Order: sequence, then C-alpha cells, then structure tokens
Amino acid sequence: MSSLISVKGLSRHFGSLPVLDGVDLEIPAGRVFGLVGENGSGKTTLIRHCLGLLRAQAGEVRVFGRDPVEDPAEVLGRIGFLSEDRDLPDWMTVREILRFQAPFYSSWDHALAERMRVKFGLAETAKTSQLSRGQKAKLGLLVALAHRPELLLLDEPSSGLDPLARREILEALIQTTIADGRTVFFSSHLLDEIERVCDWIGFLIRGRIVVQGAASEILERHRKLVVRFEANQPGVPSLDGARTIGGRDKEWTVVSLSSLDQLSHELTRRGARIVHDQSSSLEEIFLAYSRTDEGEPR
Amino acid sequence: MTIHVSTSSGVPIYLQIMKQIEQMISTGRLEPGQELPPIRSLAQQLIINPNTVARAYRDLEQRGVLRSKQGAGTFVADSAPRLSEEGKEKILTERVEDLVALVNQLSMDPNRALSMIEERLQPSPPPESELPRSPFDDEFID
Repeated sequence: MSSLISVKGLSRHFGSLPVLDGVDLEIPAGRVFGLVGENGSGKTTLIRHCLGLLRAQAGEVRVFGRDPVEDPAEVLGRIGFLSEDRDLPDWMTVREILRFQAPFYSSWDHALAERMRVKFGLAETAKTSQLSRGQKAKLGLLVALAHRPELLLLDEPSSGLDPLARREILEALIQTTIADGRTVFFSSHLLDEIERVCDWIGFLIRGRIVVQGAASEILERHRKLVVRFEANQPGVPSLDGARTIGGRDKEWTVVSLSSLDQLSHELTRRGARIVHDQSSSLEEIFLAYSRTDEGEPR
Repeated sequence: MTIHVSTSSGVPIYLQIMKQIEQMISTGRLEPGQELPPIRSLAQQLIINPNTVARAYRDLEQRGVLRSKQGAGTFVADSAPRLSEEGKEKILTERVEDLVALVNQLSMDPNRALSMIEERLQPSPPPESELPRSPFDDEFID
C-alpha cells in the first residue's frame, strides 16, 4: 500500500542548530502512527513540514503523494489538525465556532459535527472561555474531524491536560477516529498514551527516527538486564549492544539493543555477567536510546 | 469481565489481555460458551487501539481458547482448556518469587508473611461479583 506520508532525508536547521537530521518516515494509509520525542526534539518541526508550513531545506516531504508546500490547498483540505495550542477564540460559543469553521471546508459534515458535540458533552451555548481544558481539547478534535479528513495530525493533543482530561481526549480519539480506520499521526512525549493508541511507533531522537515498529515488536526485541561486573566501574560503563540506564559500582542496569547472544560475548569480554533479565518498558527503551554513549542524556 | 492493562511492565498489551483471559477461563470466571465484549467496546473501555484487542482475540482463537461466529461475536470455546495443576503452579510460582523477594527486601519476618497469606486463604472466597470497574481505577500515567 502506498504511503500517505512519505518523508525522505528531511533535514532542517534553525540558524546553526540542527533540528531534523535526515528523517526518513513512511506512514501507510490506515495506520495510527505515534511519534515520540522529548520536548524540543523536533516533533512539531516535522509536523509543520507535513502541513506545508515549512519548506524542506534538504530532503523531500510528500503527503497524499503531493508536496504540501507547492500544493497547500489540495493537501490541507484533506487533513484534520489539532495542535497543543487549541487556539479557538474564547469569546465564541461552541455553536458559533462550528458555524465559523464549517465554510472553510467543502466536505464539512454538519450531522457528524452534531453527533460528536453531543457525544463529547459540549453545550452549544457554552463559551469557549467556560470550557475546561479537556472540553477545549475535545472541541478542537471535533473541529479537526468534522470535515472527514483522510489524515488526522495531532501535535501533542493531550499536552497540559490533567489525567482525567487526557483520558477523555484519548477515549474520544478511539471512539471517533481509530475505530474507523482513519490514518492518524500523533505526536507525544508520553509513552503511555502512545503505546495504548498507536499501532506503529517512531522515536525521534537528536533529529532522527532511531527506532520504528509496532509497540509489541519493540518491546519484544529489547530486554532490561542487570549486569554485574567483577570490579567496580569508575564511570558509566559503555557496552557494545547495550545502553546503560542506571547503577553504580559493580551492578548496572542496561537495556539490550542487540541479541542477547552478541551481548553476552561482550559482557564476558568485559568481565561481567547478567544477574537479572526482564522485559523493559517502552519508557526505559526510549531512555536508553536518548542517552549518548557517554551515558548522559543530551 | 475485568481486564487491566499497564504500560509500565514492558509486556505488550495484547499479551497482557491474552494472559488475563486465559487465567479467567482457567479459574472459571469465564465459562465455555460465554461471550466476550466486542472488540470496539473493550478497546474503548481500556483506552487502547482496537487492533490490539483484535490481535489478542485472534491469537487466542488460533490456540483454540476462543471461537468467533461470523457477525455474532467472540465466545469462550467449549473445549477451552482449563489449566492443568502444572499450569496453575507455573502461574503461581512467578508471583510467589516476587513475593519472597519483597519479603526479603522489607526484611520482614517470614512467619508473619506466611500468616498473612494463611489468613487470606482460610475461607473459600465467595464468587467474585462482576461489577464493572470504574475506568478511573486503571493505572494511568499522570
């Protein structure tokens, strides 16, 4: 199946600061893709390229097979977008916002908008300023979905929400979007929500997508190990095929990045052995890749 | 049927669902022929991607634990294997090992730990009510 979003070798600098450094990404139709990265890792920059708001300095971005910078009307009309700002005018009522948004899209579905409004519990006469943050996020999602976009782009949709509101927005997402098989591009720094709702995950670290796959597959190919060295290690030990995420003296916790066979050779060579082997959470795996070889987060 | 998923254990969510369904069958909380919740409603309840639930159901079907009827839903297979004594012990062993490690870590008196378990084991428990749990009990990152 052809990709809805195809990014090849995309690089972007802001001044001398490299933000994206050769990003390759293919998102097939129907997939719920989760982009994970720390704050400031370039997630929003990547999304802005997909929306045609930034022109690629190097590399190529195609959405629905088109260049979103050259062909913005065609591309944007087929995308629903929700950003973390949720910048809806706060003096308008829910009804006014829907009336105001609808004319921008020829495919706006009034009946669908009304069904979602009821489902999300948004009173027509409520002013945006009276809505809770969770309700505002749901209103943003409604506006992003009411024109039946082929692709839904969500940039940190639950950022700044309390756990209850976050739960509500994820529930709304699953009810209205994921269950319908729509393609979704979802960015977040919260691995919990990414693992729950996405069927494909990419880690954006230091400007590159370093790991990609289904959550289950990523979990199955990494292990969390406690290794014990014969001698105290003066600093964070650097191992081939594993990244150290904690420990001191003789015992260190590492996440394996290669097969255990390969890793045990390395460990034997270094005078260390595995004393505990267990599954590793996505968060620990992400942390392992985020660390540099020196063992320090960037 | 109450299923609980967590993203902190490192166990893929579809496997967590499979294990819990198998355990519920082996302990009789799910009976042969009983219907499972539809994929979409379980996905909504657990706040997870419906494909994950579908995968768990599909894998259990392949193992002969569940069967699906076209358009009618998914059911516990009539021949769904209840767990052998060996299987039960295997499940329990993991938990016991965790518990023992915890007892040691807390430097607790082993006899006290034993009596705590005994107290709870004494009366055979009444059948568990199947009241749906509030979704907010779920472990959820904040």
